[in-house]
Amino acid sequence: MKQVVAILTVVAVIALIWYAACVPMNIKGVLSELERGGAEVQPPTASARRDLGEFGLVVNNTFAIPAAWEKKKPRLPSPHQVVIELWETTVEKKITSKRSLIYHGWVTLSATMLGFVIGTGLGILLAVGIVHSRVMDLSVMPWAIVSQTIPIIALAPMIIVVLYSVGVQGIIPKAIISAYLSFFPVVVGMVKGLRSPDAMQLDLLQTYNASRSQGFWKLRLPASMPYLFTSLKIGIAASLVGAIVGELPTGAVAGLGARLLAGSYYGQTVQIWSALFAAAILAACLVGLLGLVERMVLKRMGMAQ
Amino acid sequence: MNTESTTQPVIQARQLDLTFQTNDGPVHALKDVNLTIDKGDFVSFIGPSGCGKTTFLRCIAALETPTGGTLTVNDMTPDEARRKRAYGYVFQAAGLYPWRTISKNIKLPLEIMGYSAAEQDERVNKVLELVDLAGFGGKFPWQLSGGMQQRASIARALAFDADILLMDEPFGALDEIVRDHLNEQLLALWARTEKTIGFVTHSIPEAVYLSTKIVVMSPRPGRITDVIDSPLPRERQLDIRDTPEFIEVAHRVRDGLRAGHSYDD
Repeated sequence: MKQVVAILTVVAVIALIWYAACVPMNIKGVLSELERGGAEVQPPTASARRDLGEFGLVVNNTFAIPAAWEKKKPRLPSPHQVVIELWETTVEKKITSKRSLIYHGWVTLSATMLGFVIGTGLGILLAVGIVHSRVMDLSVMPWAIVSQTIPIIALAPMIIVVLYSVGVQGIIPKAIISAYLSFFPVVVGMVKGLRSPDAMQLDLLQTYNASRSQGFWKLRLPASMPYLFTSLKIGIAASLVGAIVGELPTGAVAGLGARLLAGSYYGQTVQIWSALFAAAILAACLVGLLGLVERMVLKRMGMAQ
Repeated sequence: MNTESTTQPVIQARQLDLTFQTNDGPVHALKDVNLTIDKGDFVSFIGPSGCGKTTFLRCIAALETPTGGTLTVNDMTPDEARRKRAYGYVFQAAGLYPWRTISKNIKLPLEIMGYSAAEQDERVNKVLELVDLAGFGGKFPWQLSGGMQQRASIARALAFDADILLMDEPFGALDEIVRDHLNEQLLALWARTEKTIGFVTHSIPEAVYLSTKIVVMSPRPGRITDVIDSPLPRERQLDIRDTPEFIEVAHRVRDGLRAGHSYDD
């Protein structure tokens, strides 16, 4: 209950700031429209208005404030405009429609999931290698870190172009970009998790004359589970970002990234914001879902009290 | 019969030396250690921190490798003995896996050693009984008190029925009342299983109460200053600690510790 109140308070504060920001952001366009419609605005000439600045315009034309929240093609859409757009493009549109956010969200989600699975698998494999082989420890980790310093936005077009030239297109290039982003937190978390058993635990296995693989399956892997889940939550959010970025340079026609891109071509800010929120909500759901799985698995393992 | 079985040496150390190479130069952890532990002995190692008592126990367990001298366990090198699973080792912390129930924790060495499922269950039940934890097999470690967790870890070391039990300050982290109780139980368990026990401790009363042989050690370099064969009977109750014999042995241990000049610097 306390948490709900806290969250609602934050949401209310954000909405308030947002509505306030909409007024100066949109006032110029609103006044031009109102003038064309025959209303009296201060100052009356467009050039004088240009010189006055947004806040001056707001002070001089307080009557125009409600219109700033309802403007079509606003610079900054107001929250309820975004909510209405979200409602219309999810609930009221058929899923098969090219304007349905659920359709676009599904396109992005499928690439995200594939990329997440590839990235997680790769991450776990690399972590196992790093923990068990000194050579891999010294050679792989620096490269994994370097790989994350390259801006993905610079790399994504290359990946798509190269894969296209060898005949791979569609969901795979996007999935690879999202795998590229998501493997890293998994590697880091799993290496830490697999190394989490202390010297005493390892000595104990030594006294049983246990083999390395027994040590892995019976001690290291179960001990790494809490670390793995923390990494997965970061990884899946990164996967979603990767899939969206992967949709940008291709001029893709479907997906949340394509929605963002089309919105910016045609000045459809409401569409951009609603796609943005759809992406955020999707990420929150994915992370939340993983949190549930984590709780269930750790409870089953007896590690959650 | 009985005398014969108690004079059979299980662990023999001759001029054992161990030097660790550290960044601050070599550290002489063990110097010229000579000791014979016979079958069925309960041997305590006592001394201040850094006297090498734990290091010596770890040498027996082949967790450390001596740099000089000879050490045999069951007439084998310690490493061969480890491979043959000649001993069970109990650490200062219980170190139970939080994702396994008590039963599953005790099964850990049995799984590693490849016992059949039926035999695993049988042995788990047997050792749970031995450490007085019958009925707690299905619990997770966090549901048990510290003393019960340590008993479970002893059960785990007993599960595969090695003849030697090595214990490194197993009750060091427990309060005195629990400790007394566990000491009593340990003696009963030793009497029932006739194991050879090596036991590291900081506590003089604990060492004297439990042991048939008390090895007093001192630091820098780690060495044995006195070996006391206890005159106390093998079967003892807690109130033996008020007898003159007990106090005399305790006195000798204290003298041995003082002779090591362990707290002078």
